[in-house]
Amino acid sequence: MRSHDVLIVGGGLAGLRAAVELNKANVKVGLISKVHPLRSHSVAAQGGINASLGNHPRGDYDTAMRHAFDTVKGSDFLADQPAVVRMAKDAPLRVFEIEHWGCPFSRTDEGKIAQRPFGGAGFPRTCYASDKTGLAMMHTLFEQMIRYQQAAERQELVVYSEWLVIGLAVDGDLCAGAVAMNIKTGEVDGFRAEAVLFATGGAGRIYGNSTNAIINSGMGMAVPYRAGVPLKDMEFVQFHPTTLCGSNILISEAARGEGGYLLNKDGHRFLADYPDSKKAMEVAPRDIVARNMAREILAGRAVEGTHFWLDLRHLGEEKIQKQLPGIRDLAIRFAGIDPADRPVPVQPGQHYTMGGIDVDRSGASPLKGLFAAGEAACVSVHGANRLGGNSLLDTIVFGAITGEAMAEFIAGHVRPASADKALAEAAARGREAVERLLGGGGAEDPVSIKDEMKKTMMEKVGIFRDRADLSAALAKIRELKDRYRRVGVSFKGKILNQELRSTIELGGSLDVAEAVVAGALAREESRGSHSRTDFPKRDDAGWLKHTLAALAPEGPRLSYRDVELGYFEPAERVY
Amino acid sequence: MGGGSATFKIFRHDPSAEGEEPRFQEYEVPVRPGLTVLDALFYVQERLDSSLAFRASCRAAACGSCAMHIAGGYGLACQTQVEPLGGGPIVLRPLAHLPIIRDLVVDMGPFWEKYNKIRPFLVPGEPAPEKERTQSPDDRDKLEGLIDCILCGICSSACAVGGTDDAYLGPAALLNADRFVQDTRDGATEERLRIVDGEHGVWRCHTIFSCQEACPKGLDPTGAIMTLRRTIIRHRWKKLVR
Ligand SMILES: Cc1cc2nc3c(=O)[nH]c(=O)nc-3n(C[C@H](O)[C@H](O)[C@H](O)COP(=O)(O)OP(=O)(O)OC[C@H]3O[C@@H](n4cnc5c(N)ncnc54)[C@H](O)[C@@H]3O)c2cc1C
Ligand code: SF4
Repeated sequence: MRSHDVLIVGGGLAGLRAAVELNKANVKVGLISKVHPLRSHSVAAQGGINASLGNHPRGDYDTAMRHAFDTVKGSDFLADQPAVVRMAKDAPLRVFEIEHWGCPFSRTDEGKIAQRPFGGAGFPRTCYASDKTGLAMMHTLFEQMIRYQQAAERQELVVYSEWLVIGLAVDGDLCAGAVAMNIKTGEVDGFRAEAVLFATGGAGRIYGNSTNAIINSGMGMAVPYRAGVPLKDMEFVQFHPTTLCGSNILISEAARGEGGYLLNKDGHRFLADYPDSKKAMEVAPRDIVARNMAREILAGRAVEGTHFWLDLRHLGEEKIQKQLPGIRDLAIRFAGIDPADRPVPVQPGQHYTMGGIDVDRSGASPLKGLFAAGEAACVSVHGANRLGGNSLLDTIVFGAITGEAMAEFIAGHVRPASADKALAEAAARGREAVERLLGGGGAEDPVSIKDEMKKTMMEKVGIFRDRADLSAALAKIRELKDRYRRVGVSFKGKILNQELRSTIELGGSLDVAEAVVAGALAREESRGSHSRTDFPKRDDAGWLKHTLAALAPEGPRLSYRDVELGYFEPAERVY
Repeated sequence: MGGGSATFKIFRHDPSAEGEEPRFQEYEVPVRPGLTVLDALFYVQERLDSSLAFRASCRAAACGSCAMHIAGGYGLACQTQVEPLGGGPIVLRPLAHLPIIRDLVVDMGPFWEKYNKIRPFLVPGEPAPEKERTQSPDDRDKLEGLIDCILCGICSSACAVGGTDDAYLGPAALLNADRFVQDTRDGATEERLRIVDGEHGVWRCHTIFSCQEACPKGLDPTGAIMTLRRTIIRHRWKKLVR
């Protein structure tokens, strides 16, 4: 058994930011990540992070409250407004702080942090480090971690790279630690901690076409879900309008923010034809642009029926190279197209998980001692649709808030003697589960289950949804869950057993997928990213509320919680 | 070749298995336009041989997980297209100069240790102002090409010196040292130069440019090493003159 004051699961931006906060509070931290922290999905974030700094010539009148309003409106009024206001108010502080730590933001002529326009924002407020903002922020936070590790007077900060968390230990109403498997050796061990943070990122890979890292399986959400913690608002899944056709590698919204055009097969800027995007055009929010692309596909106006052109040529090679070098590089390497010469083929793809582990404004879940932050969590600040640039912000704002809340929690917490026993039992169960997979020869093939899940989610739980599709999807996911019970792995080795690891994670993906489908089927309205063709209108009287899915033996049991308002009245969403 | 296939010849080894010798194993993978080496590895692992071990995460050339030796040169499996490599055999090997854990997966521990040695974090010259520290766009531009490093380890594996001098800091750590030296917000230049000025530092580099050729992000570690050398010399002169 390994022991720390606090255990952080996840080495992305949210996990690292929380680690820094806890270390400042002199708490002993263990940080587990299934990949080396710098291999986390966060490094792939491109476009930037929102804060109302007012550094842009057109940003003079920007304020935190305007940022909050745009976020709430973008969320189709499902976000909890006090949480959004807190995030918008903390934003400048957190951005300046990470700049002070060395984050290499791009600069204005006066040497301030540069900002660009992003979808759904009233002012250019997205701070950026060219188009590699996530990499720049990740390196900065990782550097701060090394700084703490090298500072003798600080408390320990131990990183466990390539450990996969597979279970939680629950002692009555208390989280007693976590159970993880060392991917490099197959060892399963209990991690004792007074408090555990899940900063495990999104679940994009339950879908076939996703911009997410391959590792974003959703397992990190499934672990607390199985331990009784509800998942919130899982039906809200963001599709990004511009992903490279085929590989679904993201082409950042920055490309449109900098002035790129979206064209259909006739070379026409079709966003002008739709009332909800005709004014903002390419910088309308993602859900609206993605939906109008899906409509064009249905109307037969997509290129080869599958994609569109993202045209950057009019920006000129110099601006493309200066502002969007990463995107240019991706387009050249992965699609063989230089955006300075030719338009880039793009299509919508799954991009962001608005839902997540149910937590309050301090990152605390209903299970005492269990916290969550970042994309894995649902506070909720993104509601039914996240605005670009707000999730990097979410990770560092709530990473810090949650770190602070955890330090406070453990200061006032006495670990009951029974907790260690619960942890030992959980570890034993984890070991058994792994042995069972390795030992037993179940006949079901994990790869085909995974493929069928991804296909089902893509085809039936995508941009447009209806009852027939969602019911079929639910039945399919249940069939796959049933088959999963008889799954077997063919390779029995313990060292870096990729098949074992992905089979374990597949079980988590299926649970999460089921929560997405169940929530989507129940929500009989259209709001933000959730578009029901059979219920095309938003219904505030019936549905201005969060979905909570609790895992029961028969599947997700749904309940609802009112949205916290208090600042802005829900109104129709047009751009 | 559309619709054809390619033969992959993949390095296999489990050092923990007694008496097991390193070997190459061949796999036939169907090729379509756009297929990457990483796609091919997943095809092998999921459909042909579940025992194969390799690393992967972002699949978009941002995380540095899938660095390996591909068909005669280093690269990221995710951004290497298979079609231009022809029908094969396409030989895949792990990064050099690092202990092998299994197959294509190496222990990056020694690589990170060297990175840690250069004190890779900003040591501000002045206390933080209330808002951002300002930096002119020109000064910020000096960081371009340095902050893009994804710490994949390729340059250090491609470097011939790394094969003869275990303690050599290597191109990746040195490039990252230069990243902080170039940053106008950093105030620890003297200390940074002292760290890289040792016998296993910048003077070890033989300027063969292997690192620069191999870097999958198009960076120039040799250039960074040369800049560090010039800076060190300039600082020595300054001290003499003073
Ligand atoms: C291509 C792309 C571009 C984006 N660009 C932007 C942008 O410009 N602006 C913006 O605001 N947002 C952007 N986003 C969204 C943003 O990048 C993510 O929401 C954010 O980085 C998530 O950070 P995180 O710390 O929550 O999770 P991640 O960075 O995903 O980290 C999750 C961590 O958890 C670990 N983990 C997960 N499960 C387990 C487990 N079971 N056991 C052990 N460890 C585990 C992983 O190893 C990893 O370290 C983008 C997203 C994508 C896909
Ligand atoms: S300089 Fe290039 S090759 Fe070397 S670690 Fe950085 S990205 Fe990889």
